[in-house]
Amino acid sequence: MLTEPITTLRSGTVSVSREVRQTMALSRSDLSMQHPGSDVESRAWLQRLRSDGHERDQARRALRELLLRAARFELDRRSTPLPHLRGGDREDLAQQSADDALLAILAKLEDFRGEARFTTWAYKFALLEAAVTLRRLAWQGREIPLEAEHWGLIADLGSSPEQGAETSELIAAIRQAIEDALTPHQRQILVAITLNDVPIDVLSERLSTTRGALYKTLHDARRKLRTYLAAQGFAIESFESDTP
Amino acid sequence: MTEPHDNARLARVLGPSEPEVTCEQCFDDLDLYVELELAGANAEAAVPGLRAHLRGCPACSEDHDSLCAYLEEQET
Repeated sequence: MLTEPITTLRSGTVSVSREVRQTMALSRSDLSMQHPGSDVESRAWLQRLRSDGHERDQARRALRELLLRAARFELDRRSTPLPHLRGGDREDLAQQSADDALLAILAKLEDFRGEARFTTWAYKFALLEAAVTLRRLAWQGREIPLEAEHWGLIADLGSSPEQGAETSELIAAIRQAIEDALTPHQRQILVAITLNDVPIDVLSERLSTTRGALYKTLHDARRKLRTYLAAQGFAIESFESDTP
Repeated sequence: MTEPHDNARLARVLGPSEPEVTCEQCFDDLDLYVELELAGANAEAAVPGLRAHLRGCPACSEDHDSLCAYLEEQET
């Protein structure tokens, strides 16, 4: 079981352009008139959680109850890959997720900006704790495929008889770019997450790092691949995921 | 032509091309983003780069879907 809330384990950055940050700040000020988090209910939550004695304890109990419901929702929704997870175990996980989320929220209470409802802000902590716990449980005891032999999955993509020559060339170029342009660490992270579908939270636990740090590595690796492919004359704009 | 599932895998390898926020920024702004989305407002204008990040980060995308689903369930 995790001993520290997952939400305290994040660090690392991905470079975001100054233009994006400035746009973000402008958009935020434009929205200042409609911040739902400055509603009466959200202010009451903050006031009660910041108070002393009985009122604070009552607020913490009420908040934990909300977090528990959210954690149960997430566990019910995502525990299909874990059929061996019995009802009692699932409830234990929900209770632990609610406890961890409550700890994280109380530690970050001053970070609440009031841009959304307080309860929405709080729910995301419980949902995250439950989701990460489930992802790690699903991979418990399984070996993490990090190595080059799994690059064969890229070759599999090129085996469809209907596949055009253009895409086959692109796949071959990506394989070459992975070998030539990436550092060994970048190669392992890219292969594990994007080809072998290892959840980033599972990988971060095994490598004793954070989701943010791993994503930065993935981001840098992808940027190198794109640069390499563009230099080879490939038009890769069409390979954009439509989700979410 | 490239098969749809091949496109999805290649998109996963190559990631989004446009600027994106970090996982930390995504988590910080997810509540605002989802409330605006569910209200039919322009969430991307409020948090530029978050939508691109959701396309690139499977874990943050799942967190986003979970918060949407839970808030929608609360409304019913």
